[in-house]
Amino acid sequence: MNLVTPDFGLLFWMVVIFGIVFFLLAKFGFPIITDMVDKRSAKIAQSLKDADTIKAQMAQWKDEQARMLEETRKEQTNMIREATETKAKILAEAKAQAKSEADAIIANAKLQIEAEKESALRDVRKEIALLSVEVAEKVLRHELQDTGSQRAFIESLVDEANEARLGS
Amino acid sequence: MILTFLISLFLLQEINVSEIIFEHIGDEYEWHITEWKGKPVAIPLPCIVIDKGVKVFTAHHAEEHGYTFNEDGKLVNATTGKRPVDISITKNVLALMMSTALLLVIILLTASWYKKHDALEEAPTGLAAAMEPLVMMVHDMAKENIGPDYRKFSPYLCMAFLWILLNNFLGIMPFFPGGANLTGNIAITLVLALCTFFTVNFNGTRHYYKEIFAPEVPGFLKPIMPVIEVFSAIMKPVSLTIRLFANMLAGHIMILSMVCIIFIMAKYGPLLGGGMTVVSVLFGVFLDALECLVAFIQAYVFTMLSSIYIGLARQKEEE
Repeated sequence: MNLVTPDFGLLFWMVVIFGIVFFLLAKFGFPIITDMVDKRSAKIAQSLKDADTIKAQMAQWKDEQARMLEETRKEQTNMIREATETKAKILAEAKAQAKSEADAIIANAKLQIEAEKESALRDVRKEIALLSVEVAEKVLRHELQDTGSQRAFIESLVDEANEARLGS
Repeated sequence: MILTFLISLFLLQEINVSEIIFEHIGDEYEWHITEWKGKPVAIPLPCIVIDKGVKVFTAHHAEEHGYTFNEDGKLVNATTGKRPVDISITKNVLALMMSTALLLVIILLTASWYKKHDALEEAPTGLAAAMEPLVMMVHDMAKENIGPDYRKFSPYLCMAFLWILLNNFLGIMPFFPGGANLTGNIAITLVLALCTFFTVNFNGTRHYYKEIFAPEVPGFLKPIMPVIEVFSAIMKPVSLTIRLFANMLAGHIMILSMVCIIFIMAKYGPLLGGGMTVVSVLFGVFLDALECLVAFIQAYVFTMLSSIYIGLARQKEEE
């Protein structure tokens, strides 16, 4: 049966045609396709890897950002608190200082007033004493122009002094 | 093939099923396409014989050149009755030329797409998009089965796969450009299997040959093992040849037989004939669908086994 005996002519042509076409395609056909697709697969794999790296980095950045935000917020709160504290302190200090200064001024003024008053009183007293001495001198000079009245005055004075001593 | 057959059968009263089937799965010195008004429509093909010089003639003029046909329909020398060296462009050779040229054009066009476009930036379109999955399927198969130097063997495997696939489908096609039973011809599958055989054995590593001729086995097996291993190395291409040949041939015979049943049963009256026609058409559709599946599976199996055989021959000594 000729079905299972390979025919020489067909064998010959198959070797020739298949050989030539295989040679052509192995040189100009398949390697071009497979190389390109392999390159593309490599690129896709690389891109996926890059994307993963970027994603990881993004996550890291996000964390950092959140952390920084948190820090800033904390710092802000701190600063506000500190500022408030400083303000209060400065105010208190200023108040205390003002008070002490005012106190000092008042005390000073009081002392000065007291001193002025003293000196004024002293002056007044001196004037009054001088005046009274002058008046007394004038009165005495007028009254004791005669001896009789001098004697009467001295006796009255002695009496007075006595009375005062006895009375007390 | 089936169409030709249908038309020719309307004109024939007596049908010889085996003759019809063997005509369709066999080879001819002309390509019989159909019959038109009782006359055969056929492409005449040149007979080329080398028998004390090269002679070229068509089958109709064989006798003028001193040749006749033997019982298998092959050219023989009319005086000596011997077969000359016959490299005629037969139906199968023409089909082989056309299908291989088609494959060449398809792959070169696909390759030119990759040359013209930047495949790193663009997705393949048109023919490239259609061919890329097939080529890459075989390329990845080579990568998986062969190992680090698979690039050297990937073009052969791609070529074998696509060639077998294309010719399997052209074989199922019942009209002109297809219809030749190429992958169901033992000469064709033998050449394919021999390509794999030589690829395997010319690229065998030391380890591969050591496993064949001096395997590490107990002493009493030493003389037997090389015999078994050599036999197995020879049986690999034989099995590849027979598997593809027999599968495709059987598929063709089954479909043709289903169609023949219609014409055989037509003799037994309209009821039986009509009933069997429905059954035959249903089975024919089923078998055609099955053949499409088999066409792919056989191409895949041939390529897969080839890549595994090459992979085994490329194994390095394990340390």
